[in-house]
Amino acid sequence: MEMIGAASSGHPGGSLSAVELIAGIYAQMRVDPRYPEDPDRDRFILSKGHAAPCYYAVLGELGFFDKNEFQHFRQLHSILQGHPDAKKVPGVDASTGSLGQGVSVAVGMALGAKTAGKASRVYTLLGDGELQEGQVWEACTAAAHYGLDNLTIVIDNNGLQIDGTNDQVMSLGNLRLRFEALGMDVIELSDGNDLSAVCHALAIPPAYGKPRCIIAHTVKGKGVSFMENQVGWHGKAPSPQELQMALKELEGSGDE
Amino acid sequence: MSEKKAIRAAYGEALADLGKRNKKIVALDADLAHATMTQNFADACPDRFFNAGIAEANMVGMAAGLSTMGYIPFCSTFAVFGAGRAWEQVRNSVAYPGLNVKLAMTHAGITLGEDGGSHQAVEDLALMRVIPGMTVIVPCDANETVRAVEAAAQMEGPVYLRLARPATEVFEQEMPFVIGKANVLRQGQDVVLFACGILVATALACAKALEAEGVSAAVVNVHTIKPLDVGCVREMAKKCRRVVTLEEHSVIGGLGDAVASALMGEGSFVFRKIGVDDRFGQSGKPEDLLQEYGLDAQSVLTQIQHVLQERI
Repeated sequence: MEMIGAASSGHPGGSLSAVELIAGIYAQMRVDPRYPEDPDRDRFILSKGHAAPCYYAVLGELGFFDKNEFQHFRQLHSILQGHPDAKKVPGVDASTGSLGQGVSVAVGMALGAKTAGKASRVYTLLGDGELQEGQVWEACTAAAHYGLDNLTIVIDNNGLQIDGTNDQVMSLGNLRLRFEALGMDVIELSDGNDLSAVCHALAIPPAYGKPRCIIAHTVKGKGVSFMENQVGWHGKAPSPQELQMALKELEGSGDE
Repeated sequence: MSEKKAIRAAYGEALADLGKRNKKIVALDADLAHATMTQNFADACPDRFFNAGIAEANMVGMAAGLSTMGYIPFCSTFAVFGAGRAWEQVRNSVAYPGLNVKLAMTHAGITLGEDGGSHQAVEDLALMRVIPGMTVIVPCDANETVRAVEAAAQMEGPVYLRLARPATEVFEQEMPFVIGKANVLRQGQDVVLFACGILVATALACAKALEAEGVSAAVVNVHTIKPLDVGCVREMAKKCRRVVTLEEHSVIGGLGDAVASALMGEGSFVFRKIGVDDRFGQSGKPEDLLQEYGLDAQSVLTQIQHVLQERI
């Protein structure tokens, strides 16, 4: 939130809905901030690249880069671009931001790991609005076709996108059935903002020969009362006063 | 020149050969392996061939992912889909992170023939040239294709290889192939013909015909459109003062525009871009199409003769 506040620009809603998901994924991953290029590491791709602030916060906390970088988010010459840039940020495995593309890159990585006989697991986080991109379904079809059980795709299902709710903009249908129909192993998570539940779901061993899909029901703007479930907070930065209120609420909820 | 061989056939063989020698090579196709000839690779290295199905956007993304795992992916389909439909995947998933993906797209240009304008990419060079960091190569014959595939695999970074469909003549002369280094095939003083792809042979034929008329035409095979061999282009143009570019591509955004940019501010030249004149293609036999679009040897020769008549 401080990053978005300092930049006066960014995506608070979809970053807050994804905090527990990204934190949970990194809790599960085998990565070493001192050796970010380790070829045998697990990979994470933030396919919903607009949640970059949350991603950077996790990577910074883990020590992939100096947290002083946070203040330069979205500013000229910063390594912390508006959307993740793999060439600039240690620990970022793929450049994303154009929705639907990250998941294909993740499929390629999982396929590469399988082909090379590596034990690397690949995780990717998608927004629910992102599922309107046809490329997501091309990618998931390929993931199932190639039996990529080393791939976990997580859906941040907060129900909102820029122009309104998913149902107002373009209904997604029965997501579980859609992913299952392709041959994916689907787990539904009723509270994707419950870190322990997220960790538990991510730790479930893979189903042999099937890519995993976790549909996590989340709250957009989670933890900030005036942002929760509000469409308007997709890509709008808080004012200085709003930022103070938000931080107060988030700090207060941190002990839960 | 002697035998005829299709550039795409040479591509398939070269890729299979490369794959046998280098275990890092992988190939992807979008259900056109028997047309792009990546099937040769699939037969030689089945464990490293991945069909993406009819899903070009995902194919390019998968190639990006495979490259980050240490592989050198060659990605093939028709140019209209690979450079067109999947353009933004090429831009954002491959070129923006500077990944080592080779986009070897076949059936480029109007000589794809009977399938018609929907399938004939006459814009792909423009689309690929404009992407920062993209290397763009157009081999002129089967032999050069083999060297281009090898060179593309050896260099680090994204490469677009534009490959033609029909069987075309193979040059007897052995030419060096260095990415970014144009080959002067014939020296001359009166006019310089900068050509790429299958029109290099046309340029040579025209130069020969002009010689009989007492005109000395230089011919340069500009196999790398980007990075352009600016030094060679400027030197040859300044020597001849009359410049003609030949490409089986739109006159907008391809070789002609690249050469024009290199010559801007470099003096005064008589300049003619020969290519597809801002039109879509259509069905027909390749040789009939070349004639219809003014890219056959006779039409090209007539245009060069006009250039020779203009005052500098």
